[in-house]
Amino acid sequence: MAQIDIDTSVEEASQAFLAAYAEHSCDHLVQARNAHLGKDAPLRTAQRQLGALAPEDRKQAGAQIQAGLAAITDAYSRVEALLDADDLAQRLSEEREDVTVPVVMNPVGALHPITALFHDMCDVFVAMGWEIAEGPEAEAEWLNFDALNFTPDHPARFMSDTLFLDPPEDHRILRTHTSPVQMRTLLTRDLPVYVVAPGKVYRADEMDATHLPVFHQIEGLAVDKGLGLADLKGTLDHLAKAMFGDEAVTRLRPHYFPFTEPSAEMDLKCFVCHGESVGNPARPCRTCRSEGWIEWGGCGVVNPRVLRAAGIDTDVYSGFAFGMGVDRTVMFRNNASDLRDFAEGDIRFSRQLVGEAR
Amino acid sequence: MKAPLSWLTEFAQLSQDMTPAALANAFTEAGLQVETMDDPSAAIKGLVVVGHVLDVVEEPQKNGKVIRWCQVDVGEHNPEGQSSRGIVCGAPNVEAGAFVPVVLPGTVLPSGFEIASRKTYGHISDGMICAEDELGLGDDHEGIIVFHRDPDPTPGEDALALLGAREVVFDIDVTPDEGHCLSIRGLAREAAQITGGVFADPYATPVPAPVSVGHPVVLDSADCALFVALTVTGVDPTATTPEWMTRRLKAAGMRSVTLPVDITNYVMLESGQPLHAYDAACVAGPIRVRKATQGESLTTLDHVKRTLSSEDLLITDDSGPIGLAGVMGGLTTEVTETTTQILLEAAWFHPVSVGRTYRRHRLASEASRRFERGVDAGVAYAAARRAAELLRDLAGAQIVDDITVAGAVPTMPSLVMDDLALPGRILGLEVAPERVISILEASGVEVTPGPGSATTLTPPTWRRDLIDPYDYVEEVGRKIGFSAIASRVPAAPVGGGYTQAQKGRRAVLNAVAAAGFVEVIPLPFICAEDLDRLEVDEADPARRLVRIANPLSEAQPFLRTTLLPGLFGCVNRNTSRSMEDLALFECGSVFRAGDETPQVMPDVSVRPTGEQIDQLFTRLPDQPRHLAGVLSGDWRVASGHGPSEPVTWRHAVHLAETAASALGVHLRRRSAEKLPWHPGRCAELGVEVDGDVVWLGWAGEVHPRVCQTWDLPARTCAVEIDLDALIALAPSNGVIHPLSKHPATKQDVALVVDESVAAADVLDALRDGAGPLLESISLFDQFAGAQIGEGKKSLAYSLVFRGEDRTLTEADATTARDAAVAEAGRRWGAVMRA
Repeated sequence: MAQIDIDTSVEEASQAFLAAYAEHSCDHLVQARNAHLGKDAPLRTAQRQLGALAPEDRKQAGAQIQAGLAAITDAYSRVEALLDADDLAQRLSEEREDVTVPVVMNPVGALHPITALFHDMCDVFVAMGWEIAEGPEAEAEWLNFDALNFTPDHPARFMSDTLFLDPPEDHRILRTHTSPVQMRTLLTRDLPVYVVAPGKVYRADEMDATHLPVFHQIEGLAVDKGLGLADLKGTLDHLAKAMFGDEAVTRLRPHYFPFTEPSAEMDLKCFVCHGESVGNPARPCRTCRSEGWIEWGGCGVVNPRVLRAAGIDTDVYSGFAFGMGVDRTVMFRNNASDLRDFAEGDIRFSRQLVGEAR
Repeated sequence: MKAPLSWLTEFAQLSQDMTPAALANAFTEAGLQVETMDDPSAAIKGLVVVGHVLDVVEEPQKNGKVIRWCQVDVGEHNPEGQSSRGIVCGAPNVEAGAFVPVVLPGTVLPSGFEIASRKTYGHISDGMICAEDELGLGDDHEGIIVFHRDPDPTPGEDALALLGAREVVFDIDVTPDEGHCLSIRGLAREAAQITGGVFADPYATPVPAPVSVGHPVVLDSADCALFVALTVTGVDPTATTPEWMTRRLKAAGMRSVTLPVDITNYVMLESGQPLHAYDAACVAGPIRVRKATQGESLTTLDHVKRTLSSEDLLITDDSGPIGLAGVMGGLTTEVTETTTQILLEAAWFHPVSVGRTYRRHRLASEASRRFERGVDAGVAYAAARRAAELLRDLAGAQIVDDITVAGAVPTMPSLVMDDLALPGRILGLEVAPERVISILEASGVEVTPGPGSATTLTPPTWRRDLIDPYDYVEEVGRKIGFSAIASRVPAAPVGGGYTQAQKGRRAVLNAVAAAGFVEVIPLPFICAEDLDRLEVDEADPARRLVRIANPLSEAQPFLRTTLLPGLFGCVNRNTSRSMEDLALFECGSVFRAGDETPQVMPDVSVRPTGEQIDQLFTRLPDQPRHLAGVLSGDWRVASGHGPSEPVTWRHAVHLAETAASALGVHLRRRSAEKLPWHPGRCAELGVEVDGDVVWLGWAGEVHPRVCQTWDLPARTCAVEIDLDALIALAPSNGVIHPLSKHPATKQDVALVVDESVAAADVLDALRDGAGPLLESISLFDQFAGAQIGEGKKSLAYSLVFRGEDRTLTEADATTARDAAVAEAGRRWGAVMRA
């Protein structure tokens, strides 16, 4: 057995593999592999014949054959890999698709912006350790008015303002604000309380672009030892920053509500023009109507008469409360121009504010 | 309340550098919100000056019009070297000698019209003589404005100042507790106090002790505490209201009527005390203030005959009622163009009495508005006196010195404040006791030390709002300004976060929206016919309607008992706007008549009893929160990806299952015949609790008849469940079982059953029969056909078996499967398909 035989075999095998590759033929490659590495391959035959050699030659010849087989196997693997790579490249090229066509066409759902905003606002308060309180929409007149220091003759109680359940003398109404939840909270929870109450409220208003007979409020109530107007201001400032960014500024203006004393209106510095539209007709601001401030809600120190109606010692406890219209907040926050859209159920309305866009 | 700045500064001496804008800010900061600050002249760009008409030549035109060619002296504004301007005027009331306002060329009027010298009717008209409306100062276009002044104004001087147009007018939103600010006097006092100015009260003369030497007055009702009667004689009925008064009335939003009425209005605006003027000659006998008797009537100044209620407070004389106290006078004693003797009334009526009366008769007026918010009784005499003096000065009247004062100024309630640190504590500000005292004293409060270390506070007669300690806290706060208050976030105690139910509800809403449904919030009102159109039967809980006593629309007088009518309305609106592929949902309360015992109205000065609290909370309609959805058109529209997928009952169930799985609840289903759903395509949905099923609602295709009556697209589908009940049944604290590491063995079975047998029931039987080795089971195919047999169907289930501690053999799985099939056969007659 000569050295040249092995080299020739390796060379022939390599040539056969490359020929198969040149033809891009897996079949030919398999045939070539069988011919050069199969049991009838020349080197296999030589291997079987090693026994005929003299023992002193056998070892060296065997090693040479092994090396030749390894070289052929290596050549095969390299060609096989090349062929596989070409095949894959071709397949990938053939499988190219237009990825801009419509994909899985599930319908697009959305929460109503009111619900989404309720969630966001409640999250702010829960993160501060507050809890969420709830109450029914059809409510006892006493909880909605009397307990909140509305006198029997207060105009808000008239049928021109408040929707009464029939018969009105049974003193059941559709709550006109979320404030009856204040009284429910004070009558059922242990002090101190820090709660917000989101929900639907009703007024005897005709529906138009800026009024809905049914709208949404979020109410806050804190009763603890030593609370005052500064704590209210701090809480509202925190809410404003959480909702409108770190630049947000609020202002309290003295006002009047039966259930708070002192009472205030809370204004939010316009987060769009930052007040630059005031007295500047060249730069009108739609969000604040060029007033620089946006009326956001009413608030104040809980009137001790309200605490007394819940049996709370007003020498020990004081509190603050606030409430804001959530529909109105969506209006100025998201530029909505017509409140009727909030109640009509047009799918395009809710779908505009999906994900974090709200 | 509209307050001209010049009127305020008559009584309040303000700092020289106090601009109107700064004053407006100070008002707002003190709780007197300035809604608008008008300067009517601001809309006129250029010059409007006084012109003296020297000569008028009337020139009839071919078109029948008569124009007047006028020579007008405008002083320094005359063209160079001339003593007048030529102006063409159309108004008939331009006369030689008159002083008139002249708009000079180059001036732009509020309408945007620029005046120029131009040729018209054969003359060069070099300016314009104008009417009120052209200057934007009113709506009078009867003729040009003519100044009647003594002495005459100077030609060329600023006509706008003369017209009062160069006047800043604040429109202030006075809150119900600040009744004293419904007067120039009250606002001037506030302005001085909050800006460091000086206030001089023009109405400081106190009410004299009771005396009855004037017109006799008898008070027969506690609702009238004080009645001052003052008579003037010799009133010149021809005297007219001077222009300065008309102008101020107008600036304050009132029209000029006649001089005596204008004077009473003027004094009311200034003092806050409503006055009434009677023709004294028409008042018969003593005045008696009393409640009406049922059935009595009175014709008021507006010529309306009003039937009175026994709660109405009246001014009467021997003839009967002559006025509705504090609301409107009667016609018989009206001051007319022949009146020469006037009886002036300045009284204090109870706010509630006046409020009820004017509402009962729908007669809101400037007077009733003031009485309702509490008038300063202490000013009654001074106001009557001021009106009498104006009648004397402007109408030549004589004041009869004999007056009547019946009743007295109601005493103001004192308050003992234990601790003057209270305002600082509640406001969250450092306020020294001395500052509290000085603020309150400046507000007119009488501050006296004692008893003990406490302080006694007595409000002035004009501050009926100062009653409780916190009212004084607010007064201090308003005067310091809320902008001084620091911002401090209170540390709430550790909270419990959202409750299970709140978390569950949010999870449901998020999941349903994420699954492709759009949330809507329609109005929650319905009519009874809506239920008829849903074909809901009479015994259904949805018929337990709650009626609204004063509904917004008689067409929808009830609160909803089901969410479907609102959702169907949304479908109609969307389809009318060409959106036809819809998947809508709503989560909200429905209202069903509950405990209809009248509600309690406990005393508010103490905590209600436990029983009362229970009644307050339970004597209400049942108000469960429902979750409902409605679908129409395609769930999935056609695309390159595949054909369209029309909505079916399955999608309605999908909504409910999405909600249930967000809560970790497995929904049970059974076929149901329930309107408004299709009897063959309606699933009742429930949750298994301890072997029983609690049924919570329905899902399916809407009955074709209902689709038609509601004008819904064919094959609309709907679902409605009681979400509160579903959330209440949601599991919590689930258990994680150990996982078997062994491979599973799958077996499929095809069973033939009667067509009426429910696939879910067969599945239950298989699961129960298979025993503990069964890991999961699902239906993967069902069909009916000739090869199965008439009235039969084939159901194919895939069963997955797994051993906890070993790899199962085929034989293990087959044994379990056979047991499963046997159970299905026992319960439902199922046989394996050959």
